[in-house]
Formats: sequence, C-alpha cells, structure tokens
Amino acid sequence: MTTTALSTDSASALRPHAEQTYASELEALAKVDDRQRPPGWRLSPWAVTRYLLGTTLDDGTEITPKYIGSRRVVEIAVATLATDRALLLIGVPGTAKTWLSEHLAAAIAGDSTLLVQGTAGTSEEAVRYGWNYARLLAEGPSEAALVPSPIMNAMARGSIGRIEELTRMPSDVQDGLITVLSEKALPVAELGIEVQAQRGFNIIATANDRDRGVNDLSSALRRRFNTVVLPVPDSAEDEVRIVTQRVEQLGRALELPDVPAGLTEIQRVVTVFRELRSGVTEDNTTKVKSPSGTLSTAEAISVITSGIALAAHFGDGELRPSDVAAGIQGAVVQDRVADGVVWREYLETVAREREGWNDFYQACREVGA
Amino acid sequence: MGRPRVDTSKVSVLGVRHHGPGSARAVRAALDELKPDLVLIEGPPEADSITSLVGGLEPPVALLVHLADTPKAGSVRSREGWGFWPFASFSPEWAALRHAHDNDVPVRFCDLPAAHTIAERIARAEAGEEQREKTAGEESAPSPEQAENPEPAEAPERAEEPRVRLDPLGVLAEAAGYDDAERWWDDVVEQRAEGEPSPFPAIADAMAAVRAESGPETGRNARREAYMRQTLRGALEQGYERIAVVCGAWHAPALRDLGDYPIKGDTALLKGLPKVKTTATWVPWTHGRLATASGYGAGVTSPGWYHHLFTATDRPVHRWLTAAARLLREEGQQVSSSHVIEGVRLAESLAVLRGRPLAGLDEVAEATTAVLCEGEQTRAALVHGRMAIGERLGSVPPETPMVPLQRDLIAAQKRLRLKAEAFDRDLDLDLRKEGLRERSVLLHRLRLLGVEWGVPRTPDGGQRGTFRESWRLRWEPEMDVALIEAAPYGTTVASAATARVVEIAADAELPTLTALTEQCLFAELGEALPEVLALLTDKAATDSDITHLMSALPPLARSTRYGDVRGTDSGHLRTVAQQILARVRAGLVPAVRGLDDDAAARFVKALDRTHNAATLLDDDLTAWLDTLADLAVRDNVPGRIAGRVNRILSDTGRVDASELRRRLGLVMSPGTEPAHAVAWLEGFLQGSGLILVHDEELLGMIDTWLLALPEERFTAILPLLRRTFGAFDAAERQEIGSAVTRIDGGGVTDSRERRPIDVNRAAPAVAAVLGLLERSGA
Repeated sequence: MTTTALSTDSASALRPHAEQTYASELEALAKVDDRQRPPGWRLSPWAVTRYLLGTTLDDGTEITPKYIGSRRVVEIAVATLATDRALLLIGVPGTAKTWLSEHLAAAIAGDSTLLVQGTAGTSEEAVRYGWNYARLLAEGPSEAALVPSPIMNAMARGSIGRIEELTRMPSDVQDGLITVLSEKALPVAELGIEVQAQRGFNIIATANDRDRGVNDLSSALRRRFNTVVLPVPDSAEDEVRIVTQRVEQLGRALELPDVPAGLTEIQRVVTVFRELRSGVTEDNTTKVKSPSGTLSTAEAISVITSGIALAAHFGDGELRPSDVAAGIQGAVVQDRVADGVVWREYLETVAREREGWNDFYQACREVGA
Repeated sequence: MGRPRVDTSKVSVLGVRHHGPGSARAVRAALDELKPDLVLIEGPPEADSITSLVGGLEPPVALLVHLADTPKAGSVRSREGWGFWPFASFSPEWAALRHAHDNDVPVRFCDLPAAHTIAERIARAEAGEEQREKTAGEESAPSPEQAENPEPAEAPERAEEPRVRLDPLGVLAEAAGYDDAERWWDDVVEQRAEGEPSPFPAIADAMAAVRAESGPETGRNARREAYMRQTLRGALEQGYERIAVVCGAWHAPALRDLGDYPIKGDTALLKGLPKVKTTATWVPWTHGRLATASGYGAGVTSPGWYHHLFTATDRPVHRWLTAAARLLREEGQQVSSSHVIEGVRLAESLAVLRGRPLAGLDEVAEATTAVLCEGEQTRAALVHGRMAIGERLGSVPPETPMVPLQRDLIAAQKRLRLKAEAFDRDLDLDLRKEGLRERSVLLHRLRLLGVEWGVPRTPDGGQRGTFRESWRLRWEPEMDVALIEAAPYGTTVASAATARVVEIAADAELPTLTALTEQCLFAELGEALPEVLALLTDKAATDSDITHLMSALPPLARSTRYGDVRGTDSGHLRTVAQQILARVRAGLVPAVRGLDDDAAARFVKALDRTHNAATLLDDDLTAWLDTLADLAVRDNVPGRIAGRVNRILSDTGRVDASELRRRLGLVMSPGTEPAHAVAWLEGFLQGSGLILVHDEELLGMIDTWLLALPEERFTAILPLLRRTFGAFDAAERQEIGSAVTRIDGGGVTDSRERRPIDVNRAAPAVAAVLGLLERSGA
C-alpha cells in the first residue's frame, strides 16, 4: 500500500527483519568485501555465503552462522541468484526455507520485505499490480492509481522479491510469473507502459513438498527456476546447534527471563525428534514407529522455547524434563489414536531403558499419553 | 661427488597421480616432446613379457599377476596369491604404454616384482591365520569373514605411519587452503588444458619438500623405491640416453635424485626377499571395478568423469551436461536445451564462487540436480551415478595368456572327465555319487559366473529332495570370453563364484536372493551363504509386499530340505525360512482383500507354493494351517482364494467332510452371488476334481445348485464353469461324468464299477510304498 496509517517502530518490533537484526554484520562484510559484485548486489556472492554460513572477518568481526547445514546448499542458492536465475527452495516444513530466503534477500538486496504469501486465495494482483479503485474512478487510469505488488516493486528497485509457499497459489496466478521471469518485464496494458526489471532483481520462492492439495508448478514455470532441496539436518550435532542458537535468539526477542537452556534437554528433544523421524534409534539398534507429523527442527525449537517459558514463569528457573514433556508430546501426537500408540511405544521401549532418561520418562508419563 | 656413473640428466621422472586424466595428458605431451628411448613404468616387471600385447588391448584392462601354479581352493594361497594393476584410457601409465607401443620404444615395468609382494602377503595372511586359530581354539573352522578380510594383518604397520606419508597430497592441499586433496589435485593438475607447460618438475619439487618433512621411507615403500632405482641404474648402464620414468608422484623425488642414494643401501634392502613363482596376463576390467578396486591403491570414485575429461576435446562441462540431458530424455524426462544452458551457467558460477579454475564433478552434479532434474534428487542421483561411473568393459586379444580361472577350469574338466565340446550333449547325474556330484557343482558354479556351459534340462528342478539332475552341455567360444571377464572375481572357479554371488546379492531383491540361496547350495558355495542369508533377513524385514515373501519361501524351503540331503548345516537356513513364513502368516489376511480375478488367480498359485513350502518346513505346518483356517471363514475373501484355502484345509484333514459340506452349502445357497460361487468352485477344484468322485454328497450339492440357477445366470457362469472343468484331464472328467449319471439314477453302463480291493494282490505294492516312505524319513 502506498499510504499506511499503521507505520510502526521497528525497534520495538516483535520480530525485526533480518537486515535490521544483522545490520552491523552486513555493514562489516560490505566494508571488507572487495570481490566483484553482480550488478545490483550489495555484497559479492562470496560475502553472501560468508554471511549465511558464518565466519570471522580479518578485523575481528564475528559473523554468526545463519544457516547451519550443508555449505553446498548455500553455494548453489547464491550461484543461482548470481546467474539471475530464479531460486526455488523446496523441503518439508521446518527446514529453514523461509529463513534462508529471508537472509538471502537481506544480504543480496538489503531488503527482505518484498514478500508475497502464497495461499489458495492469492490473487493476480498480489504478483502483478492492483488498482486503488477510488482513485481509478475519480481520475481514470494513471500511475498514481496503480498499486504495485511486492514483485513489481522489487523489479522497479532491482531488489529481491520473495514468494512464500508458491505451490499454494492457484495455478493461473503462478503462471503470471512466467513473463516476469523470462521477459524480466511487467507490462501495464491499461497505461500502455511497462515496468522493466532493474539489475539486481530476482525471485526467491519457497514450496513445501510434504503437503497434499497443492498446485504443482507448470513445467513452463518450473523450468525458470533452479531448484534446491533443503535437507533435514544431517547430524544430531548440527541440529542441536540450530536449536540452541534459535532458542537463544527467540528468548532475547521475547524478553523471557534468563533461563539457561540446558544443553541436555536440547539434546534430548533433538534426539527424540531425530529418532522418531528416522524410525530407528541413534545407535541404530532398535526400530521405532514414525508418527504422522513432520517433527522438524522448527518444532524442536518451539518445544524448547515454550519449555523455557514454563520454567521461567512456573518452574524453578531451570529447564527440566517436566518443562519439555508436554510440549514434546504435543508435537509428536498430532493424531490422537495412531500417534498416541507411537509415542507410548517409544516411551516404553526406548526412553524407559535409556540411562539418564528416567526423569524425562516419568515426566512424560505424568503428562499422560 | 664420488658417484660419476650416474648422469641424472638422462632421466626424466614424471610423477603422476594414478588414474588422473590431467596427468595422462601431461605424460602424453611430455613423452611426445622428450622422445625417450626407454620408458619405465611403475608396475610389476613380470608384465614386461606381455607389453607387446598393448596394441590389441581395449582399456579398461588390468594386469593380473598370479601364482604360477593353481593353489588349492579355499587356501590362503588362493585368496592372496594374485594382484591386479588396472589401467583406464585416462591412466597416465596407459598413456605411457601407448606412447611406447606406437613409437616402438622399449618399455619396462620397474616396481618391486609382484613375486615378492605376493609372497609377503601370503606369509602375513598365513601368520594371521595361525594366530587366529590359536586364539579362537577349535570352534572356528575357516570362516568366510577371514576370507574377505585380509586387512587385520596389515593394519598395525599402517597405523604407525605418519599422516604425511599416508596422504601426501592431503598435506599439500591443506597447505594450499583446500579441504579436499582430490579437488586440489584436480584443480592444479588434472584439469589442465592441452598445451600448458609440463607440471612435472614442480610436482617433484613439491613432493621432495613434503618428503623432507616425513623422513626417509621405510618398509615396503623403501624396498619398492630401491628396486625402481636399481632398474633405472640398470637401464643407464645399458646405455639408454633418454629415459622417461612414469611413477606415482610420491616416488618422483626418490628417482629423480638418484645420485643421493648409495647403491649399496639399495642392494642391501633388496636382499633375501621372499619369493614365489608368478605369471602375468591381461584381463578386461570395468569402470565399476576401477571405482572400488585397489591395485594401484588409488581407487577412482568417478572414472566416467575422468574418461570424459580425457576424451572430450573441449568444453567438458557443456558436453557433460548435454550428455546428461540426453540420458534424462531417454528416461522419458522433458529436458530442453535451455535447461542445459542454465545448467552450464550454474556450474560455472558455482566454480567461480568456490574459487575453482573450472567446474568439476561436484559442480556439474549440483547443476544436474538443481536445473536438469528440477530438484528431484533420486533421478539426479541415478543419472549422475551412471555417468560418473560411465560403465565400460575392456577387452583383450585372443593371444593373451590364459587367466588362472581358465586353467583351474581345465584342471577340473580333466579331473571330472568332462570335455568341452561344441555340440549338445545330455548328461544325467546321480548326485549321491561323489564324482557325479562334483560335476554338478562345477556346472552350477560356472552358471553363476555367467558361463552357461551346462543348462538344466528341466528348469527349476521342481522336485524336492531330488538326487538326480539332467543337464545339456555345449561349449561356445564366447564362454572363454565370459571366463576371462570373470577373472577379476578370483583365480579358481570356486572363489570366483563365491565373490560373484556376494556381489549379486549386495543389491538384489528378495526373490533373487532366495534363488541365490538355493544356487549357493547347489554350487556348494558355503562361504557365500551366510552373507546371502544375512541380506535375505534384512530384505524380508523391510519388504512389505507379501507376494514377494511368498515367492521367496519355496526355494528356501527346498534349500532347507536339500541342505539336509547334502549334509550341510541348514539350521540357519531353516530359521530364515521360518521367519519369512511367520511374516507371510501375519500379512496374509489383509493381503487377500479386494483382489480381482486375475490377481486372485496369481495369489492362489502363490498360496499353493507357500503351502508346499510350509509342508516341507513341517514344524510350522500347524501354525500355517491355523492361519489358513482363520482365512477360510472370513468374509470378503475373493471366492477363488476362499475355495482354494478350503480345499487345502480339507486335503490336510483340518476340515472334515461334514464341515466342508456346510461351507459349500453356504456358498451355494441362493444368497450368494453365482459369480462368487463359481469362483469359489474354481479355486476349490483347481488341480484335481477327483474329490467330487469320492464325495458324492458334494457333487450332489453342486448339482442341485446348478439346476436351481435361473437360465440367464446359468449362461453367465457357464464359461467359468467350463474353464474349471476343462482343466481336468479326460479320464477325470469321464469319472465325474459317470458319477453324475450315477446320482441321477441313470444306468451305469460302462464297466468302471468299483470292485472290492483284493488285499492279496495289493500287498506287494503296499510293502514297496511303505519301504519308500521309511527311506525318505517320513
């Protein structure tokens, strides 16, 4: 919208944008980055990968890792955008698709806000342009009456446009992107003008391959994207790191009372999630059933954060097994009957006998499956 | 200096990475420029006599050096008494061989003779074996895990070596800021274009620097280098002027700085080495084996890519991705040229991002996934895997010396008095006789190796507990080729067949695995059996298709029985078979729901075979019949299957005649759909209808039911009915016919009335049958 009465103070925002949170890191990187930058980019591809994967700069600035996991994935994503191809990130829910796309946009264009959320109700206006009808009626078609979409804005500014959940959009709206991606121009027939994408424009889309009832991309659109499949974290080590880091950041933003996020609990939650997800225990000896939910890393993060909130407000200020028990059960048991069996079986066959897990087992029993 | 005799200016040392295409290219260019009058190659000198065959070889091929005499099967000597040195078209050693051959330059191999290497290995393995026998006591007969795993004896020696010697390139790469040695070498050496200056002096310098840190060589490597130097000195003494030495980069400084090593030290090192008699020959090799097998030590993970790099004239990335696109199109995926264009762009910009001079295998693999396959990893992995290996089979000319496998076979043929003849000859074997059984075993083993000399005349054996086999023998010339191709698997028919079985089993499906189990028994490959059975158990646990399990069971059950006859330990086999039967029982009831007629017909066959198998595994027969009894009374079971199950139950006495009649009555009652009833009947009567002759009441019920059907219904089911009865043989149909006439009260006109049994006349036959039953242990 061109006029908004809802302008807010970003400093008190519940969740600041990536480019706000990491402004200092981006600045420090830009200062040392002497490599060639593709036209319209704020940083060189090399610096963008450093920003995402984390590093320590020569001047001692610490760049925190934003994406923990395969370096390959990040490199392909950045290389794709550098060749001005659109990027499609695919993965099961909670594999940091949106997270990665936000940080890519922040690092490349310094602006991660040009966002279209794909839903079944997303209309063509959301990816092309709409009209301010009051003005249209009063003044007739004019540029002032035009309401550009985030994508159109991104084209005009040479910035990165983001599309969330591309496959949830109706197919005809999806196909509206084909001209944008191939001609890099968006004609406005009513005014007889066109918006030509400026250098630096690109699109990052995310889609989820677990859901049913989505609108698969037409092959014409699909072939305009390079597709990167985001994997679930390879090792338990990585996953624990991701959870620890995010829990800390979330806790800070929500100003939760300081609760030391016990590494043991994080490890435990991650272990439970990994074992249920892969259907076999970490030591590879016992098969377990998998529940219907995805049990993504994102869910593990939310289990820990809510556990911390519980511990801070109702507990003794330390994260205990009883604080995560309810959350973990809620994440695992999505379908009462089938998942209930899975969870009980897991508790009885795996958790019960594991050394040091007795408290956790008891806590889960108390919550009652 | 006090060593005037050595003039190192006459020697050019080309340090290479084994199987590196860039090295090969550089070697080719260097040799063209040097025009050497002698080429020395790191490799066993036993092969000097067969370098003349290079012109007729089609790479990939391997040098096979093996014991001159054929060792006893299963002995340490048969397991350790051979070694391979593979060459691909992109191997620098091959480039050197070709250069020498094409320019008529003498060529020699200069490494430590395999005679010493093999002798050492045998000695070590024998020592290891003794050790194990001592510690394990009498319980361990030579078990297969020892056979497949000669490493333990070697390990201690290796563990002591410093990292720089184990992985000199890794250390250099680290110094250059790479995390992966292969990639560093690829970037610096392998991905060289034609016409760049020779990298060899720089390589030798770098290696010299690394070696200076690691200290002098010891053990086997020291001996090898001493021998190489001795060969080199010998060549210089013979007056060669321009000698080119092609060897692993690590050894380059040790040969280049010949003058720094006193002759005396080298002679001392080489004194009194153990030795065995060996012979060398060429065998065809494959890219797949190149990727995994050892020999030159440096296994190549992606021979297809290297082959491509070596053969592609220019633009390797463009060509590679175009080839990937063509392959994907063959697989039925739509891949346009624009996919390829964008793929190339992605691969190149990835290479830039990673600071590599040229896109490598990693980059093209990622471009294949992200662009060509649109993120579908499984398909990308398939295409990429196929291309990275780039399967290719080499060939050797007919005049190549015989491989040990051929000799082993000839010895066996002589011993068993079986002649290889180029015409059909039938052979009947009584397996109870030692010599005849050995013949059968040999034929079975050869079949596993892909040598179809003998083909069973009644396929699939069929009869259980059989002690007779019929074969048709015919030797075709291509079987020699097949034998040579099988040479990499082992030096004797037995060991090669074992290795082959293990390889097939590694990625086989359940039915193949059970068939393999059976073949292992026929071919007496006891060493391969545990591995196959372990895989079988794993597959059975994960396979959810019950028909797979059902088809896996019969061969297993037969094998159990067969193993009994052969006296092999079939306890393990039986356990596996019982497990599978238990899984079949668990999944049987849900599996039969909603099958259509064709599927039901197939299922009935599977059911029959499973029943036979369960009968063979007689311990579990009761449980199996319980499952069937449970199935028989359920609704929603397709008629054909229900009928069949009831028939099995009645044949085994689990359902008595009155209960059977009740069930038939239910099916034949007016409430049941006639189509269901007729399907039931078909299943029930399948195979034999004599039950109708013996139980007139059953026949009467069917008769009544048929007569009560309204006309159009009758017409509808008539074809099905005809199908059922048409399958019986004529005599059976006639008997049923006369039984029907009898019921109808018609005069029994023919003479086939039942005479009372004459006990006296039957006695001898009864005695004979009893004798048979006793003998078979029933």
